[in-house]
Amino acid sequence: MTKPGNAGDVSKEHSMLLQKEMIAGHYSALARAPQQGRKVIYTFVPGNLTELLRSFDLLPVLPEINALQSGMRKLSGDYIAEAEKHGHSEDVCTYVKCDIGMLKKGNIGPTGERLPPPDLLLLSYTGCFTFMKWFELLRQEYDCPVAMLHVPYQAEGRILPHHVNYIVEQFRTEVIPKLEQVSGRRYDEDRLCESLRLSAQAEDDLVWVLESARNIPSPIDAYFGGVYYIGPMFTAFRGTPEGVAYYQALRKEVQDRVLKGLGPLTPEGVVEKERYRLVVEGPPNWTSFREFWKMFYDEGAVVVASSYTKVGGLYDRGFRHNPARPLETLAEYCLGCYTNLGLPTRLELLRQYIRDYRADGFMINSIKSCNSFSVGQLLMLRQLEQSAGVPGGFIESDLVDPRYFSPANIKNRIESYLQMLEQKRVGTSA
Amino acid sequence: MSVLQVHVGIDLGSTTTKAVVLDASGEVIGRGITNNRSNYDVACQVVHDEALTGTRFSLIRKAIKEDTELAEVGKPFLAALERNFRLRQYLDQLVRLREALQRAADEPRHHAYRRDLQERVDGIVDSMMELGTGHFSELAVRKSDFFRDLATADYMHLAEQRSDPRGISFDILCSLFDAAILAVDNSADGDGFVRQMSAALDSTLERALPKVTAKASQLRRLVEATCSTVIDEVATVGTGYGRQRLPFPKEQIRSEILCHGLGAHAMFPGTRTVLDIGGQDTKAIQVDADGIVVSFQMNDRCAAGCGRYLGYIADEMKLGLHELGPLAEQSHSRVKINSTCTVFAGAELRERLSLGQRREDILAGLHRAIILRAMSLLARSGGINNEFTFTGGVARNPAAVNALRSLVNENYGERVLNISPDSIYTGALGAALFALRRAQAIA
Repeated sequence: MTKPGNAGDVSKEHSMLLQKEMIAGHYSALARAPQQGRKVIYTFVPGNLTELLRSFDLLPVLPEINALQSGMRKLSGDYIAEAEKHGHSEDVCTYVKCDIGMLKKGNIGPTGERLPPPDLLLLSYTGCFTFMKWFELLRQEYDCPVAMLHVPYQAEGRILPHHVNYIVEQFRTEVIPKLEQVSGRRYDEDRLCESLRLSAQAEDDLVWVLESARNIPSPIDAYFGGVYYIGPMFTAFRGTPEGVAYYQALRKEVQDRVLKGLGPLTPEGVVEKERYRLVVEGPPNWTSFREFWKMFYDEGAVVVASSYTKVGGLYDRGFRHNPARPLETLAEYCLGCYTNLGLPTRLELLRQYIRDYRADGFMINSIKSCNSFSVGQLLMLRQLEQSAGVPGGFIESDLVDPRYFSPANIKNRIESYLQMLEQKRVGTSA
Repeated sequence: MSVLQVHVGIDLGSTTTKAVVLDASGEVIGRGITNNRSNYDVACQVVHDEALTGTRFSLIRKAIKEDTELAEVGKPFLAALERNFRLRQYLDQLVRLREALQRAADEPRHHAYRRDLQERVDGIVDSMMELGTGHFSELAVRKSDFFRDLATADYMHLAEQRSDPRGISFDILCSLFDAAILAVDNSADGDGFVRQMSAALDSTLERALPKVTAKASQLRRLVEATCSTVIDEVATVGTGYGRQRLPFPKEQIRSEILCHGLGAHAMFPGTRTVLDIGGQDTKAIQVDADGIVVSFQMNDRCAAGCGRYLGYIADEMKLGLHELGPLAEQSHSRVKINSTCTVFAGAELRERLSLGQRREDILAGLHRAIILRAMSLLARSGGINNEFTFTGGVARNPAAVNALRSLVNENYGERVLNISPDSIYTGALGAALFALRRAQAIA
């Protein structure tokens, strides 16, 4: 179903190489931080305050990104075993165990360079309550200060003014003073605003790229490819000139694909024939990422929209960082992340994706060790089948624990699901 | 020379491999099954050959039915012919087993007592041949139809009698058999059909009742004509866990979900929900009025509560798989078993036995435990709609069926529960129907 790129090589776009360089550069900067006297903040992807941190010249470390990078580089199995040796149960979130295991084995980051210890743990527990326990463990290990940012859950399905005020108040009284203390710098709102302006610029391009999947055939895979596209935005590059440049380059690349009528690029080349358009809910499996992706592209299945690519912000629903209201916009950003949404809102979003992206069906990848994502997914499956009128598929795996990816079963299920879509299409004739 | 167009479905399951042959009208005219698990290629060949043999018997049956002069003798003749044919097949396999045993006995480590060993093995196989005649006699009740099961039971029994703890021990005879049965299992019988059929026909007519022998030449002509019919396999579709092993292009491979859905629909057209409990997975499938799958759920991450669970329990209890259900049916006070983890259930079983609880009561609890797990999968797939069809190897187990019946009633109320005696062939039937549709679409 794919057409090979360069013979023998894994097919990669220019933007992917660019991104790889950026991420490697960031890990290098982190490794050099202690010698250069730069301070480091550990924080989480959903509700991350990168622009604010950057305005204090602080470097962010995102433990989930370390964990997923370790998963993709086949390091997570050993880290998880190490954490279990230290008493962490088999059922604990595997991102946590991967992170703890990495720390116990010397805190060597995914690129092989040592990660610096945190000068501050900035806890923004947007939608995931495990984050709190995770940083409690890290605080014990590092004995460093913690800044708590409580983000109210969007129970009513919309952001209310008092939510925003509540978070802004915490910025003023808790987060900013601690950042000032750690960095030794005063809060510089102009600098923050400039960074937010750059964020909005990159966000426009990211949204354009994600929405290019409305084309038939789609020029991108918005899940497996999508995780590359969100990489810089969700990590350390929001609000930076490098981030802006990356999204400009990416947009240009995708524009080019649209003009040429090309399908998404996979590690084995371009998807030649788009047979199924799918929406996917839930994070991917990282330890067998390529194998998992292959199960889709071998069958001509292209993911046209996914919820996972919204855990770091729902830009495609209109949100942009707004330099005119710097702290309020950060508060709204935190509140709006996908993980902070209730089931009805998530369902409605997925329904809209299925409609807007003309999907043939949707697939849920239920993560064994992630309660915040997995709870209610079976209910979502049924309700979404009814409201969207397309069949749903359900597979189970894990984030970074290689033991919970059973290729034969998952492949069997994906194939069965796709054949079911095909059979519905052709009816009883073949 | 007449030509018969057929469509073949092959289901390479984790426990057994099945084949179904359909004629152009969609009628089932042949089936084959094997429990060979060591080699999918051979398993595929074996069931394919067996299903085509079944097809020939269907042709003979049909020809006899159409000939009014044979109305009276047809039935006993056909039954005897089939028995004699199976016996010939069985004896041929014993010949191959004897060769494999002799090869194994010829290995250098048996050098010191080789002659004695070879004689003893020969004696055992001679007795197995005699016993074989009994297995396929008119009134015989076989515990299994699989060569490996029958041969293993007889060989072990005879080896125990004829071993000598101070000379050729039971262990030596067992190790020989393990190697030999694997060799027999790993190779197909090849082109034995014509020879076996001809021998079976001769012996059937020789020993037939006078009213049959009176029609001998007519019957012989009929059988020979049928055997020379050319069977044209128009299309084949494969399914099941081993489907990737089939030498078919991708379009000829279908997932077992679709095949079970369509197969169940073909057996019971009113089917809306299908439960299949196979060797290593359980599937809950919802189908529409045309047998098209609309949603499904399968066990993932863990295969607890599947057919292999019962296989393991049977081994633990030193019982045959087919004996579990009837024994559990004798229970009057079911024990509550909490675990559907196969290994834990084994531990729970031993614990309960040591506490003096009755085997049948424990077994009843184990059957309910696996059905409870299936109920959860059914709920996830969208519940149980009328009519409800139960397929797969476990559907042949009466205790599992009764546990299912009562749990369905408790949770969903009155539902029609369909179970076909041929339910083990559901996946292969679905695959064969896909083959037929494919052929019709191309035509």
